[in-house]
Amino acid sequence: MATSEMSGKHHILSVLVENKFGVLTRVSGLFARRGFNIVSLAVSPTEDERFSRMTIVVDAESAPLEQITKQLNKLIPVIKIAELHPDEAVERELMLVTVKAAPEVRSQITELASIFQSRIDDVGHDAITIQVAGAPQKLDAFIDLLQPYGIVELQRTGLIALPKLARRPAKLRAVKNRAV
Amino acid sequence: MQLTGAQALIKSLEMEQTEVMFGLPGGAILPVYDPLIDSSIRHILVRHEQGAGHMAEGYAHATGRPGVAMVTSGPAATNVVTPLADAYMDSVPFVCITGQVPYSVIGTDAFQEVDTVGITMPITKHNWLITDANDIPRVVREAFHVATTGRPGPVLIDMPKDVANQTMTWHWPDSVDLPGYKPNMKGHPKQIKDAARLMGEARRPVFYVGGGILKARAAEALRELVESTGIPVVTTLMARGAFPDDHPLCLGMPGMHGNYTAITAMQESDLLIALGSRFDDRVTGKLDGFAPDAKIIHVDIDPAELGKVRRPDVPIVGDCRLVIEELVKAVRAEKNKAEKGGAAWPALDAWIAQLREWQERYPLHYEQVEDGPLKPQFVIDALRDNTPDDTILASGVGQHQMWAAQRWQFNHPYTWINSGGLGTMGFAVPAAIGAKVGRPDRMVWAVDGDGCFQMTAQELVTASAERIPVKIAILNNAYLGMVRQWQELFYEERYSEVYLSPDLPDYVKWAEAMGCVAFRVDTPDDVETTIQKANEVDDRPVVIDFRTDYREKVYPMVAAGTTNSEVILDPAHDRPGGRD
Repeated sequence: MATSEMSGKHHILSVLVENKFGVLTRVSGLFARRGFNIVSLAVSPTEDERFSRMTIVVDAESAPLEQITKQLNKLIPVIKIAELHPDEAVERELMLVTVKAAPEVRSQITELASIFQSRIDDVGHDAITIQVAGAPQKLDAFIDLLQPYGIVELQRTGLIALPKLARRPAKLRAVKNRAV
Repeated sequence: MQLTGAQALIKSLEMEQTEVMFGLPGGAILPVYDPLIDSSIRHILVRHEQGAGHMAEGYAHATGRPGVAMVTSGPAATNVVTPLADAYMDSVPFVCITGQVPYSVIGTDAFQEVDTVGITMPITKHNWLITDANDIPRVVREAFHVATTGRPGPVLIDMPKDVANQTMTWHWPDSVDLPGYKPNMKGHPKQIKDAARLMGEARRPVFYVGGGILKARAAEALRELVESTGIPVVTTLMARGAFPDDHPLCLGMPGMHGNYTAITAMQESDLLIALGSRFDDRVTGKLDGFAPDAKIIHVDIDPAELGKVRRPDVPIVGDCRLVIEELVKAVRAEKNKAEKGGAAWPALDAWIAQLREWQERYPLHYEQVEDGPLKPQFVIDALRDNTPDDTILASGVGQHQMWAAQRWQFNHPYTWINSGGLGTMGFAVPAAIGAKVGRPDRMVWAVDGDGCFQMTAQELVTASAERIPVKIAILNNAYLGMVRQWQELFYEERYSEVYLSPDLPDYVKWAEAMGCVAFRVDTPDDVETTIQKANEVDDRPVVIDFRTDYREKVYPMVAAGTTNSEVILDPAHDRPGGRD
């Protein structure tokens, strides 16, 4: 079962790449050749369709990670790499989970689902599929709570992240002044 | 103008000033070989695709221009994998074009189909699969740009047969647009200043010069920097010739088979100024014991080299030539400042005296007994002394390579061509041919081993057919000599699968069958006269089969897993009166 416990060895890389075939292979191949396990990887085109953004969570010590980001930078289709510190990033993950839900326990499960602000996407005679989004830790907790009912299938997207927006104190002051 | 993809490819190569390409046609690349007939590009038909790759490398080493090779799909593509890997390790600008099965059938296990782009991804700087003939000019332009700029390296263009036959509208791009590729050329001014200051403070500094100097065409700039500081230089295997061996500040080659002074100078140094070198394991020996007191200034165009092996105190990302030119200015400023205060800058007299003492005490050593077996070192020395000063020397990989690198006097850049990082046996013959094609004005010799020679000798047929007069000296000791040396020293003289025989094959007959002039030399007396005879041949290749002493080993040696403080000198020195 996937766990997204954010240990000290976890790093989040946000990699902007050219949106061309083979780029994913070049990037993932580089990790593989250096013996790094990718914990999760999410990739999709950005607002500019010439580029894609990959969010890669990787398990590595800092020194080898520095080497691998330098090597990544050498790939021609890689435009930009940022390491996102968890405190300075907005992180989300999406999960679909199908859980056994016989009629007598179904209401317990839907109650849990509502506590986690998730959505029921599909209902069968004895199972339901729930969609939940949030920080990886929230997804872990939800899995823990569903475990006793019997998880049939589960798919997580892997983490996606963007840097937190810089605070602009000057503007905030302006707002405050107006309030006064 | 409407062209086929094949015509566009050839025209694009012409636009990139390709004067020669090395290759061998086949099914998938057939369409491209047709317009080649009408092209200004000289094509050299090789006998094996590996030869085409190494020739392109030899050409690039000797001229500084990118080497170009063209082969077909499948087995031809896999045959150029070795040269691509070799060029990747040694940062050689090399553009390789492979044919591919038609795009419409890729993925169907078609005849001679192989995933060339996938196979060569980890051993090229970049590669392209062309899916539309209209992309050809742009891709060729990008390929040459990537191969020759930044840290140079091999690139590959995979050309499906149907794309070669597709009609396209010719257009040549004005510029290259690669948003993810911007080599950082200029060093950071503050780092350069810091480097100059450290150079003034050091008491035992050494320039640790690598192949990057040659790639950056920085040999002249380096000489100026060395002479304005008085700091001695070691030139690695890839950098032999980057600084002249006849210069008093040149200490020669460091590393596993370097000379005692070069190895020990680095080991005892308090400041290593690494210029276009990469702290290769053959140079550092056991890493945690390497140059323990040395601060490190590391200049390289590839940011990934800085801190990869040894963390530098002053990292400088930039082109070696540009950085060195800035360093010269910074050094002059520091020097003026110090000398106004009446101080020597830097104060190196004691260090230089120490180095001179080591040089005197521990020179390279071998003994040629008059009636004894022919020593390989004697052959190298004779070759060195009986060829022009600017002779280009190529070598294979093994003992002969180390003797050549140790003993040759490289007084000019781009005169030494060998396979350093990958250690590709069989490199010498095709690399020498490529070098001679690029520099027909120079004498080109290859020093080869008997084991190496047997791997790629068939390219001498190419050389004969094309009238490329390279000269090959085989140091024939009837063994895979370097492996034998390790088995003798580290495997209790248990010789496993290293014997080759001195006369199977008969190298003279073989060479003659390939259209070469050939000689055999067994005794020291015949060495010089035979070399002179070989030098006179200028219309075909020459091969000399030198029968050398199989017992001779390469010394000095730093054994694998030991530090550079544990140099094994030759046996003569290890006796009393030798090293303390």
